[in-house]
Amino acid sequence: MADERRIRVLVAKPGLDGHDRGAKVIARALRDGGMEVIYTGIRQTPQMIVEAAIQEDVDAILMSILSGAHMAIFPKVMELLRENGVDDVLVMAGGILPDEDIPAIEAMGVKGNFGPGTPLSAIIEYVKAHVDPQRMSQALPPLRADGPSAAEGSDQPA
Amino acid sequence: MTTRPDPAAPATPQSDLVERLLAGDRRALARIVTLIENRAPEARQMLARLHAHGGNAHIVGFTGSPGAGKSTLVTQLARELRRRDQRVGVIAVDPSSPFTGGAILGDRIRMQELAGDPKVFIRSMASRGSVGGLAAATRDATRALDAAGFDTIIIETVGAGQAEVEIVRAAQTVVVVVVPGMGDDIQAIKAGILEIADIFVVNKADRPGADQAAAELRMLLSLDEHRKEHAWKTPIIKTVGMTGEGASELADKLAAHLASLKKTGQLAARDGRQAQSEMVALLHQALIERISATIGTEEWRRLVAQVVERESDPYTTADELARRIGLAPEANHPAR
Repeated sequence: MADERRIRVLVAKPGLDGHDRGAKVIARALRDGGMEVIYTGIRQTPQMIVEAAIQEDVDAILMSILSGAHMAIFPKVMELLRENGVDDVLVMAGGILPDEDIPAIEAMGVKGNFGPGTPLSAIIEYVKAHVDPQRMSQALPPLRADGPSAAEGSDQPA
Repeated sequence: MTTRPDPAAPATPQSDLVERLLAGDRRALARIVTLIENRAPEARQMLARLHAHGGNAHIVGFTGSPGAGKSTLVTQLARELRRRDQRVGVIAVDPSSPFTGGAILGDRIRMQELAGDPKVFIRSMASRGSVGGLAAATRDATRALDAAGFDTIIIETVGAGQAEVEIVRAAQTVVVVVVPGMGDDIQAIKAGILEIADIFVVNKADRPGADQAAAELRMLLSLDEHRKEHAWKTPIIKTVGMTGEGASELADKLAAHLASLKKTGQLAARDGRQAQSEMVALLHQALIERISATIGTEEWRRLVAQVVERESDPYTTADELARRIGLAPEANHPAR
């Protein structure tokens, strides 16, 4: 029964554009890659994304964005994750992300940055390779308390 | 990470997820549900502790054909219950692919209106190979939500056909959702999920045929001798999930059903049946685990092959295995 662990991924479509075909194709591909994909639909605010990630206790978040609002949305998502003490979730993005923005996006901690034409298999492999390995062990890593302060120096196993 | 002191942080030990859940920490709740889903060894102990804190929630199951509008209706009901100042938990089950084990869990799409309300907690769950409309972990996840203090816990099953009746073992009130225009389909499903309904909902009632669907259900109910003995008269409610019409009546009927269960002693009887089936399942599992620990995969395969080759039979083999783990059918073995 040790093989019950499944990668859970939140596929979110932040911002105001309603084109979610790409997000749906990726959701389907991740499913075919054996993952459980929570798909939340279009027009997600950073608050909605982070709250869903918390309730669903996902291993990874993949934001699909075409609207150009990534430099406004990604920092907010990362800030909310930090505020809630969520530090073991792989955050990725895909869509239309200009090359000149990628270093800044990566610096925020948003990984992957899959542009148009990225093979679906590459995305699946990326998720599998970069999800926090401790999360994939049978016992999850100890949960840090809400809020950044209480997370300091208290990593005793659950 | 900053070291800014945070007065909102719970004072309980980091490691104690159960304490944090009881203190209202939704991340601890979410993590415990994950541990339950993964059948992590520590989940069992946690559930044992959580059990003492439960028993206060009204557990409501929603089932019905795929596309009947369950998620939308659940959203409207949750909004109504929030207006009544209840805390609402939702567990939405979707099917896992039998081939890859993956799943797309899309119920949140329709529940967006509930996002941002701290007194609502939604968890999507893949069925992970279970049949019957629920996941193996659904009932235990309900236990976690119950202990966390949710007033109503709504379980939305996998879009169900006829046989997905597991929900009666997990819920106190079962709502069966149908839509107009099913015609003979209602006949077809009457033996399955129609029998388990405590409340019927004809959703999408703004469409033609809603009255007819309600009339057909009324007729089916009148034919059911079994129901005549019950004090509870199964209501048929017409709703429009998109507008919320009927959600208030549904919330009223849910409360009325719970009150009726309590008054007639049926609640205790249901809880008893559920506890019994849980214990049987756990014993079953314990037995299987004991056998797995006693004999290896190799030997198990060999025993199965012997049965297939008719060198042995399933009954003798099972008796023999029971003897080897200390269960003596002849009762003349000293234990262990």
